[in-house]
Amino acid sequence: MPVFDLATIELRALNQALHALDKSGPAEDFEVTNPRGSHAVAVGIDAPVNVTIDGSVGYYCAGMNEQATITVKGNAGPGVAENMMSGKVVIKGDASQYAGATAHGGLLVIEGNASSRCGISMKGVDIVVKGNIGHMSAFMAQSGNLVVLGDAGDALGDSLYEARLFVRGTVKSLGADCEKKEMRPEHIELLTKLLADAGITDVKPEEFTRYGSARTLYNFNVDNFDAY
Amino acid sequence: MCGIVGLFLKDKSLEPQLGALLSDMLVTMTDRGPDSAGIVIYGADQNNLVKLTIQSPDPETDFAGLTEDLRKAGITNASILPKSTHAVITVSSDQLEATRSALEELRPDVRVMGTGSVMEIYKEVGLPKDVLERFKISDMSGTHGIGHTRMATESAVTTLGAHPFSTGSDQCLVHNGSLSNHNNLRRELTREGIRLETQNDSEVAAAYLTGEMAKGKNLGEALTSALDDLDGFFTFVVGTKSGFGVVRDPIACKPAVMAETDAYVAFGSEYRALVNLPGIEDAKVWEPEPATVYFWEH
Repeated sequence: MPVFDLATIELRALNQALHALDKSGPAEDFEVTNPRGSHAVAVGIDAPVNVTIDGSVGYYCAGMNEQATITVKGNAGPGVAENMMSGKVVIKGDASQYAGATAHGGLLVIEGNASSRCGISMKGVDIVVKGNIGHMSAFMAQSGNLVVLGDAGDALGDSLYEARLFVRGTVKSLGADCEKKEMRPEHIELLTKLLADAGITDVKPEEFTRYGSARTLYNFNVDNFDAY
Repeated sequence: MCGIVGLFLKDKSLEPQLGALLSDMLVTMTDRGPDSAGIVIYGADQNNLVKLTIQSPDPETDFAGLTEDLRKAGITNASILPKSTHAVITVSSDQLEATRSALEELRPDVRVMGTGSVMEIYKEVGLPKDVLERFKISDMSGTHGIGHTRMATESAVTTLGAHPFSTGSDQCLVHNGSLSNHNNLRRELTREGIRLETQNDSEVAAAYLTGEMAKGKNLGEALTSALDDLDGFFTFVVGTKSGFGVVRDPIACKPAVMAETDAYVAFGSEYRALVNLPGIEDAKVWEPEPATVYFWEH
């Protein structure tokens, strides 16, 4: 198994080795030690590789990920898994602001808390946060699912499109055009799968409340002018 | 961008290393702002003595014979320790204002960067590494300190525009962000008699806190008022003689990471700044909440 010690090897050598992997596999295991808050660790991968990072990372870890499974055994700085396309990113600690921003696909699991703007403008990713999320999360979220086992901060789902938001705890306030919705059988089924994918077994999907778009801001209507 | 670091020691045995630890933290933040750098160190209290940190564009001429000139002007027990472009003048606390006036008269180009019984302040244009070496910060001991590396947005890249800003005795502030109501607030503070030296927005924040504390508020209360009265983006780290405070605006897009152990409380714009601190592996590490005041006191 290749081990990259970032205390002695340049970050670029790690990322280049990851970029050189064959897109079609076979799956390899990479280990990264001493990340010490480095930026852009394991970004732009497009291969079915398993990357384990022993420690905390800085900005933009796992950005643009395709296929890879990336596990951070620590906290992640701003913009983790930004624009992820597919694959899986697991943060064992907390994530800073805009985790999973604009991500199109894949699964982002944050085992601690996520701070503000989690899932901002998400475009198809599934995000599961075991702790709480901060203010302005899922702002302008377009599609995908955001699952929060804890509480959500202010202005959840402001100007939301078609992303589904599931919160088990309290929501401090809802953003413009975001509303509470009924949990139908297909949502229970979806949530059951998402919790299983995230390795969560001790929580029932029935404990969550669904939030989504009221769809009143979708098309321009002069009566809504004040809301823009 | 800008980079901020701060370290508040609880364990006295770390005090001799304060300057070295803070220097290492600030150098790590260099790529967040290469324009200028500054640091404040809170050292040991000396009974009835007060320190003025001064700066000169022409230190060789200005600092030569300054002790004698001050003594002739009636500041009988003045002692001066030059460090590159800065110097620390120590006088009896009852002679602080007389020393200020004498300096204005004797050395009109010299600026007083800050005063206090324990605080020394050093800042210059340049990279953190060079600025820190110039003032030999890593040899300094102290109880707490704050550092800043600047990417200028709201005022020119000059020594006086560098952070930290000190607008009151033993008080200092560093800022990452930009304020949008600083011009109006500057006029109000000036009317209240608070003197501001620059057109910089962060100096206004420092002066605002000085004004609030002069009204009898403690650091925590002053920071709480700041959340109502200051408009714009900010992560502030603030020092007083015995205290250390942190506050972020409600939007909180300027980054901040904190760590606490039995030995210290540390602040960094990024986690990278904290990785060399002793015992960081087992520290409580968290991101300070928006619009929430954090402060510690010795």
